[in-house]
Amino acid sequence: MKNIGTLWLALISFLILSACIQGQVKPEHLRLTPESLAKRQLQTRVYDTGSESEVLAASSAVLQDIGFLVDESEVQLGLIVASKERTAIQPAEVTAQIILAILVSLSGNAADPVWDERQIMRISLVVTPIMAEQKGTAVRITFQRIVYTNKGTISKREALGTPKIYQEFFDKLSKALFLEAQKL
Amino acid sequence: MKKNLRKALIYWVFGFLLLLTACVSTQKRLLDSDTSQLQLRSIQTRTFDTTNQEKTLRTVMATLQDLGFMLDAGEVGLGTVSGIKWVNIHPMRITVSVRPRGETQMLVRANCQIERKPVQDPLPYQRFFAALSKALFLEAQQVE
Repeated sequence: MKNIGTLWLALISFLILSACIQGQVKPEHLRLTPESLAKRQLQTRVYDTGSESEVLAASSAVLQDIGFLVDESEVQLGLIVASKERTAIQPAEVTAQIILAILVSLSGNAADPVWDERQIMRISLVVTPIMAEQKGTAVRITFQRIVYTNKGTISKREALGTPKIYQEFFDKLSKALFLEAQKL
Repeated sequence: MKKNLRKALIYWVFGFLLLLTACVSTQKRLLDSDTSQLQLRSIQTRTFDTTNQEKTLRTVMATLQDLGFMLDAGEVGLGTVSGIKWVNIHPMRITVSVRPRGETQMLVRANCQIERKPVQDPLPYQRFFAALSKALFLEAQQVE
């Protein structure tokens, strides 16, 4: 009886405490770091044109070419937010999970195989006019993907950031604009 | 047996009472009335000596991107921009609004939320405004 009482108290205290410390923001979470500049250079290209609307229209066209659907846009701010949903099923992973489930159920326990099922990829694109020594228009993009399991829970959330992805997008944009992309 | 039963009952009642005090009503959550509104507003707000709302908004967007946020909404009419970023497994959302204040200034307010709670620590907001100030080449002023 005594043990159950102490356990109950411990549980309550833990629940209250965990509600207090959940999701604390640390000071470094909103701080510019040396990596911020490197990231900016990775994510941005400058085009030798003063026409922001032309670049925005071409960006929108490229997004459609690569299968994205526009979710939000604000032309006056040069912002386009788009996403696309694709399968995230990896045959090897599914096979492994099923084999594991069979083994587990053979040993007499309940099996509940989980694998990645679908993913949503989002892109945030901002077009900004540059008023420096030479006129130009900068395009900055960020990619992100969220992977859902066959149970509907989130398996991964990641900002996509390999140089190859950015280079590929900007190559397509360059082609659409008939202009060369310059790095920041 | 009776003594043990009474002890168990005391534990259960005590635990239940503790749980009750930890509950927060829905109304409180809707209106955030358990935080000091005025105090939070002053932490989240600065003014800048500029009248160019669009330029300020665009600079906010660039600053948010530099801070690792992915922008997911923007509206010139309302003068707002929103973004999201993942801090480990917690989603951090931010909405920044830019509005004219008087004839000579812009009022910038940043609402930041992590998981399902508003961020009340002044330090992250100070850092955001420091970064924005640098990008605008203007000083961030506290609202009196």
